[in-house]
Amino acid sequence: MDSAGSVVSVAPQLLIQSAGSRSSECSRNSITFSTSPLTGRSRQDVAWSRRGQSRERSCRLHPGRRAHDPGKLTLLCDAKTDGSFLVHHFLSFYLRANCKVCFLALVQSFSHYNIVGQKLGVSLTVARERGQLVFLEGLKSSMDVFFQAHKEPHPLQFLREVNAGNLQPLFEFVREALKPVDNREPAWRCPVLLVDDLSLLLSLGVGAVAVLDFVHYCRATVCCEFKGNVVALVHDSGDGEDEENDILLNGLSHQSHLILRTEGLSTGFCRDVHGQLKILWRRPSQPTAQRDRSLIYQYKIQDKNVSFFAKGMSPAVL
Amino acid sequence: MTPSGSAPGETRRKSEMLDSLLAFGGLMLLRDSVEWEGRSLLKALIKKSALCGEQVHILGCEVSEEEFREGFTSDINNCLVYHDLFRDPLNWSKTGEALPGGPLGALTAMCRRTDPGPVTIALDSLSWLLLHLPCTTLCQNLHALSHQNSSLGDSSVQQVRVLGLLHEELHGPGPLGALSSLAQTEVILGGTVGQASAYILCRRPQQRPTHQTNWFSILPDFSLDVQEGPPVESQPHPDPHTSLVDPMTHLTFNLRLSKKEREAKDSLTLPFQFSSEKQQALLRPGQGQATSHVFYEPDAYDDLDQEDPDDDLDI
Repeated sequence: MDSAGSVVSVAPQLLIQSAGSRSSECSRNSITFSTSPLTGRSRQDVAWSRRGQSRERSCRLHPGRRAHDPGKLTLLCDAKTDGSFLVHHFLSFYLRANCKVCFLALVQSFSHYNIVGQKLGVSLTVARERGQLVFLEGLKSSMDVFFQAHKEPHPLQFLREVNAGNLQPLFEFVREALKPVDNREPAWRCPVLLVDDLSLLLSLGVGAVAVLDFVHYCRATVCCEFKGNVVALVHDSGDGEDEENDILLNGLSHQSHLILRTEGLSTGFCRDVHGQLKILWRRPSQPTAQRDRSLIYQYKIQDKNVSFFAKGMSPAVL
Repeated sequence: MTPSGSAPGETRRKSEMLDSLLAFGGLMLLRDSVEWEGRSLLKALIKKSALCGEQVHILGCEVSEEEFREGFTSDINNCLVYHDLFRDPLNWSKTGEALPGGPLGALTAMCRRTDPGPVTIALDSLSWLLLHLPCTTLCQNLHALSHQNSSLGDSSVQQVRVLGLLHEELHGPGPLGALSSLAQTEVILGGTVGQASAYILCRRPQQRPTHQTNWFSILPDFSLDVQEGPPVESQPHPDPHTSLVDPMTHLTFNLRLSKKEREAKDSLTLPFQFSSEKQQALLRPGQGQATSHVFYEPDAYDDLDQEDPDDDLDI
């Protein structure tokens, strides 16, 4: 895990290093960054590996460039494929970067994320014990809503309400978890909120506007006030039938600074190319200049990592 | 990209687009999308209005005040009045810092200003307001906002300009149509690869609607740079040296018939074309034609009839 040190800087950054410059020189531009398998089927280790020779073009998916930049909202979106490998990646990435992480894990159990995280070199149990990780296990704590009495509203209080009102208790939970405390604890780096995933809230009966309000408040608090980052996963049904999901997705897209969109290939399933990743930088506060606003890579999830390459440059087809 | 202030013609063209947009009051809709964001254009318009000496009020719902003011110089920032609906729009923190009345209260408060002079009100964004307020309420307030009369009561109508940022994908055709009908100017943002465009639709009372498309880019200091058009890609020219190949050569089949072949073709009788001789020859079995016999073995229960079934045919 040599490159773990290379990414630690003022603001946590996700560094994708691509080797090989032009397609004529190097037959494949492969970009690798460590991540986890889709569902933790096989045991895998983390590897930041740098492939290829000659020049490196590092493409940064960094949340904030300057120290006093407010944090950014990164939107992970998947269409016709499973983008949860990005969630595992960001979780292990921020934990390794010594950030305080609040993880709203609504989809899977703690042990699932722990197993996958161990493959990536982080132990969620240890992180939780020392206070670096605040983990809301949606599956388990949803039972607490019904079977345990709480004085203050439970974060998942909306499950009990007839008209799933707003997500204010959940926001209060996040705020409480990430607010800077006095210097009794070891100083963590910037706080990070990670949500897996927001589309599930729609399935649980929360309205799209309520979810947007929740993300709005998280942005206002975590990004602007605490100068942290927010990463959230949303599914895209793609066929336009789910209007609420479309409102949620579009509303979040307008609010986010970086959109990572994983899509399945339009031609169907392929053994050697599992999908493509579209990276879109959008921040309306500054008009985008000449930098790359959007990039498309195809990826393959391998045993040890995920390898990225330019479209059509998969080693399998060259 | 031309440097700013290079030629008088270009400078004139640069300011034309903003001037034409800011010439009239009323409601201006900036319709943007995820791909082509409109906040930069909104800020460019705000900057132009502030430089013209107008008061500018901003109702900010989607970005924080620091982020919105980023990129403006300090003298412009001093002209901007920012009403912060971003930090706590729904009063969840209960600290009393939120704007009273929530979104609707903030909007109606802007309708009730009584300062004289031309004013520009920027709503960032109308989409946020549309998601949190009923469409009818929003439309009524927008109408009241853009048609404020001067409090002095004389004939001059206060020049109020309302700039509303609207994210197109978030709303259905109903609310979009309602807001469209309220607007005097609509700017729809789009573009091709690397170049943004604005399709401007102006509706003035008792005039025909006008529309034009401008290609532009916004510089980091929020001034506008208008371009001629999308970057023209080099057309692939046909190679003048390649000779045209005659497709008629080297065919594996004949396209034309020679005279002898045509005669032979015309004199050929088709097998099932009956002339009278052929017909007679077929009907009358000739000498040499009884070469085929039919051997028939009747079964036990066959009913043999010696009569010729074709006897009654009269040929």
